[in-house]
Amino acid sequence: MSDTQPISYVRDTMLGQQEPPATQRGVVKWLRENLFSNWLNSILTLAALVAIYLILTSVGPWLLNSIWDAESLRECRDILDGTPGACFAVITDRWHQLLFGFYPPEHYWRPVLALVLLLIALAPILFAELPRKMLYFSAVFPFIGYHLLWGGSVWFPISVFLGFVAGYIAFRALAKVSALVSVIGAVAATLVWWFFIAGPFDAAMYSVAPIGLEFVRSESFGGFLISLVIGVTGISLSLPLGILLALGRQSDMLFVKTVCVVFIEFIRGVPLITLLFTASLLLNYFLPPGTNFDLILRVIIMVTLFAAAYMAEVIRGGLAALPKGQYEAADALGLDYWKAQRLIIMPQALKISIPGIVNTFISLFKDTTLVVFIGLLDPLGLSNAIRADTAWTGIYWELFIFIGALFFIFCFSMSRYSMYLERKLKTDHR
Amino acid sequence: MKKSVFYGTLAATAVLAGAASAQTTLETVQQRGELICGVSMGLAGFSAPDANGVWQGLDVAVCRAVAAAVLSDPMAVSFVPLTSQTRFSALASSEIDMLSRNTTWTYSRDTDLQLTFVGVTYYDGQGFMVPRELGVSSATELDGATVCIETGTTTELNLADFFRINGMSYEPVPVESNAEAQQQYLAGACDVYTTDASALAAVRAAFPEPGAHVILPEIVSKEPLGPVVRHGDDQWGDIVRWTLNALIAAEELGITSANIEELKAGTDNPEINRILGAEGDLGAMIGLDSEWAVRAISAGGNYGELFAANVGEQTPIGLARGLNAQWTQGGLLYAPPFR
Repeated sequence: MSDTQPISYVRDTMLGQQEPPATQRGVVKWLRENLFSNWLNSILTLAALVAIYLILTSVGPWLLNSIWDAESLRECRDILDGTPGACFAVITDRWHQLLFGFYPPEHYWRPVLALVLLLIALAPILFAELPRKMLYFSAVFPFIGYHLLWGGSVWFPISVFLGFVAGYIAFRALAKVSALVSVIGAVAATLVWWFFIAGPFDAAMYSVAPIGLEFVRSESFGGFLISLVIGVTGISLSLPLGILLALGRQSDMLFVKTVCVVFIEFIRGVPLITLLFTASLLLNYFLPPGTNFDLILRVIIMVTLFAAAYMAEVIRGGLAALPKGQYEAADALGLDYWKAQRLIIMPQALKISIPGIVNTFISLFKDTTLVVFIGLLDPLGLSNAIRADTAWTGIYWELFIFIGALFFIFCFSMSRYSMYLERKLKTDHR
Repeated sequence: MKKSVFYGTLAATAVLAGAASAQTTLETVQQRGELICGVSMGLAGFSAPDANGVWQGLDVAVCRAVAAAVLSDPMAVSFVPLTSQTRFSALASSEIDMLSRNTTWTYSRDTDLQLTFVGVTYYDGQGFMVPRELGVSSATELDGATVCIETGTTTELNLADFFRINGMSYEPVPVESNAEAQQQYLAGACDVYTTDASALAAVRAAFPEPGAHVILPEIVSKEPLGPVVRHGDDQWGDIVRWTLNALIAAEELGITSANIEELKAGTDNPEINRILGAEGDLGAMIGLDSEWAVRAISAGGNYGELFAANVGEQTPIGLARGLNAQWTQGGLLYAPPFR
């Protein structure tokens, strides 16, 4: 029965893996999949190649043929002798102005040091792996930074800082009475210190120990220094303010809610440039004659308020995206309002809002260039002023390329950081 | 950031600042030890910061002369760059002591805005520039042209008036700034670029081929540019006015920064003696000492020297004196007598 037929052929070794067909591997596959997957994409690819080629051939020689060392545009043109070429000599000549404005050159180390310290202060906030003790430095940095940039009496930032200390002491002392009383007491103590004690304290200490860096006036600030001062201050103040506004808008208390809604809607309904004009022109008429309310401070306040309104709406979006169960869970655990916000609601809501928050940051930073319209010499304003020098009249793209590159560095790193943060916090329910 | 100010504003009450009493501008400036002068954010030859951040230009030189007269130090000036939108408010709200920002003296500014124009530092006028290859030799041949024009300026209105009077039509190409205008014009986006003739000259001088463009002979508007002060403090207005007049008279009388030391000892010309304080007591009449004019003229030289150094024919801008010559040379500069 088992008349097994002789097996004619048995393969006793495995065939080696063959290379995929030429069209399915390597560069060709990638090209076919990504650039020439169908006729429409092929046309677009070819059109893009032509466009790139045209851009490179027109801009390439101009960029490669750059002049970096000349006294004036005229000299640049003499050196180039008719051939196309960029005259980046203007950057060599004026880079310090584009970065620092009219800040005294012998004090350039101060803004640079302030920037380095800023990065150190930001590090523990941005990267959770770093030791938490560094946060103490972050807390004092604003005062150090202020003193480095403006200088003057060292006791001024110290006395302002002591205001916070006074508030903290009051908070601790009254904490046993009740939470509300201690908060009110803390605010009151801080304000009392600032308005009535800080000034005399500063003056007294300065007369005893006149130490401090040389005072640099706000008028000397310019270029990227001004963009960074306004941008960084606006960014760091608008986030907490925005969170408070977002919470206020969701509050059940009618008064708080109305104030927040009116504020947010008013600010969002008005263009930033209007607020800046208000800051620079209108406020002067209201203030008593003789007061010289610093223009940069006015601008920082307006930019912060503007960004805070947008921030509030971004964060409200995050709050709205949280399932109702999260709020109920917090209630079920017996957490009070602030604890629930701090431990359960905010961490999740903020995580959801990261892209929106960073978006607001980036646009705020770029909006700082609007201050040129109220006469502050930010990089764009300075580019105008530099062109008004007869040596550089007629120069155009070189300045904008330099300014654009600097802005790109800052905005791109912000966007990269936000992507890193999103990946790190990726605990979503997908 | 003045710290006293910081506290004051933190308080947000007028209590702290209420002590500010009604001082004259002269007292305020002398107490402060510094003149706050509003200038343009950048206009070639009139006001621009150099590589060291020191402001230079004809408008700037007027501020320096006033500072020298009032404070004995031509460098004791804080320059506040102002845009054309912010300049008058800054002056009206006392943010600046005087405005020297290529500002045209007009009826409504002098009266309605409550400003006082104290004189003219430069007689300008609106002109046209066209590429030479167009073969246009007169502005009346510009019918149907596309015109690059800065928006929101009096030049825009003057242009409309000029074309209407001559029964011509034009197509405006609005630009935001001088620099953008140059780019548009060079790229051929418009046939004509119109702005003040002094600015046209500066722009043309910066072109790769200045010879390929012509500035047409017609000047279609009067633009007397001069320093401005607020209404209500005539003494301060007098100081700025007569400082400018001293610069102009100095050129007429041959007082220069080179020979002023020699002349102030006394000369045969009584007017020179009165200006330089060797005779009479003109300084006291405006609340200054007798050497005020000596300092103002020494700051940068007389008007002719300032003109030559900042916008004159030896500079890249290369403006001829034209209307800005002394009345004895066929120009309009005419300082009233110092008596």
